[in-house]
Amino acid sequence: MNIVVALKQVPDLQQIRIRNRQPVFDGVPYTIGSIDKNALEAGVQLKEVSGGNLMAVSVGNEELEDTIKEALAGGADEACLVIDDKFADIESSISAALLAAAIKKIDDVGLLLFGEGSGDNYSGQVSSRVAEILGFPQIGYASQIELEGQTARITRVLEDSEEVLEVRMPVVVSVLSDINKPRIPSVTQILKAGRKPKKVLGIDDLEIELSGDRTITTLSSLAPETDRQRIAIKSAADLISALRAEGFLGR
Amino acid sequence: MAAILIYSEKSPLALELLTAAAVIAQDTDLDVKAVCINNNEQADEMAGRGATTYHIQDNLNLADTACVAAALEQAVNKLDASIVLLSSNRRGKELAGRLAQKIQAGCLTDVNGLAVVEGKIQCSRNALGGAVISTQRIETEQQVIALTPRSFEASPVQEGGSVQPLAIEAVSSPLKLISSRGQAGDTVDIEAADILVIVGQGMEEEDMGLVESIAQTLGGEIACSKPLATDRKWLPEDRIVGLSGKKCKPQLAIILGVSGQVQFTVGIRDAHTIVAINNDENAYILQMADYAMVADLKEILPELKGALG
Repeated sequence: MNIVVALKQVPDLQQIRIRNRQPVFDGVPYTIGSIDKNALEAGVQLKEVSGGNLMAVSVGNEELEDTIKEALAGGADEACLVIDDKFADIESSISAALLAAAIKKIDDVGLLLFGEGSGDNYSGQVSSRVAEILGFPQIGYASQIELEGQTARITRVLEDSEEVLEVRMPVVVSVLSDINKPRIPSVTQILKAGRKPKKVLGIDDLEIELSGDRTITTLSSLAPETDRQRIAIKSAADLISALRAEGFLGR
Repeated sequence: MAAILIYSEKSPLALELLTAAAVIAQDTDLDVKAVCINNNEQADEMAGRGATTYHIQDNLNLADTACVAAALEQAVNKLDASIVLLSSNRRGKELAGRLAQKIQAGCLTDVNGLAVVEGKIQCSRNALGGAVISTQRIETEQQVIALTPRSFEASPVQEGGSVQPLAIEAVSSPLKLISSRGQAGDTVDIEAADILVIVGQGMEEEDMGLVESIAQTLGGEIACSKPLATDRKWLPEDRIVGLSGKKCKPQLAIILGVSGQVQFTVGIRDAHTIVAINNDENAYILQMADYAMVADLKEILPELKGALG
């Protein structure tokens, strides 16, 4: 059985600077989305228990061949990448169409893992869209995954409740960031990562037609203006007076 | 006439969607139609707020997103809906993508503001981990928009509502719900708190008692940055403020030992008054505070507790 984990290459958010309220991407390296790393780790742990092959799948620009090494070092056995220089910043519906087309080329997919949201946009649409395209059932916001034969048993955590669900695979599962703590790859694993099998596909290799029309237009993207007083406080007593003046004490 | 369809399994959120739908309806020629699934109480409540309500009563597995999406797809077609408003809670977000794919709609989730400009809906949402706020427009004929909880007030009581049954074709589900339970113990709702004392990685565990006592004196609740709940496990996950936690708008936020990465600040930047205390004078959090204090928490917390009495 193949355990497939879908990963998104995102700009390293820690390194994005804001200038004149605009994000500056110059020199910002790519990385794998933070919750995607939890999805990868979940796949590695399941593979360690149940066996199978762990395949990383991703869509992106040319940088992806380098970025994906992080996933191969983190425990994926191989990678299947859809690369095109137009894929630097594509919308969810197109990512989903490309991922689904790539996943269709993989035999015997059992579990298809996603992070609950991408590192940059966090819209959480892609896992649901891929599940719909492939006709797979889906379970989002997993805090625990157990596999037994052809059955997956998933604990889903909602805002105010928890559900335990069982489903026959294949199934799409999105994981929460606290499902695990991704391991830090050893030097040997990092060195080995470069030699693991990597299949690179172009859009012509996929049975897919993209219309090219964007379904979403971004009209503006600006850092919020911070309009704060920034009054420097020197002592606990000063802070108490300030809170009292604002009416927060003795309520 | 084409319609705005609204659905959330949570009644308080469905009432917020009704308000948002009214904002759109005001500037378009769309009718508002509320859909409820297997929930008499919600159907009556929606009707009581003036909504034309359609009640689906069927043997649906509500834990199965694909199943609910298939039911809503039928409702969209029967009710001639061009806009679907869902809540951007976990179930709603999961549903949004699936339904959008089914009906070939463009979709935006975590939308926290709506406006109709020249007949088209503009949505605002956080992007780049919260570093920027994007204003976006969906270009497809049909649109699915999931709204962040508490972005709109609940719709008030109004006359003119009604409830009618909506029949759909059966949808089967391969998912088996083994068990379901409410989360035990801690049920503090930090989104509802007027005053929050928020702790970050600059805290030491032995000082948490002081923080609790300060929060209690102020009549506030304790919240935290993500690592304190997920890595250190000092507080439950439902106390996390930030992008993947709660977006809070308290009157007062006292932020202790949080450096102020954007994934955190996005959850608190709408607070009315922000107090930040940090030992690093370069911490970003001090720039987004109304009252900024550079101090060692070990020294300042006992002083604060003492001064508060």
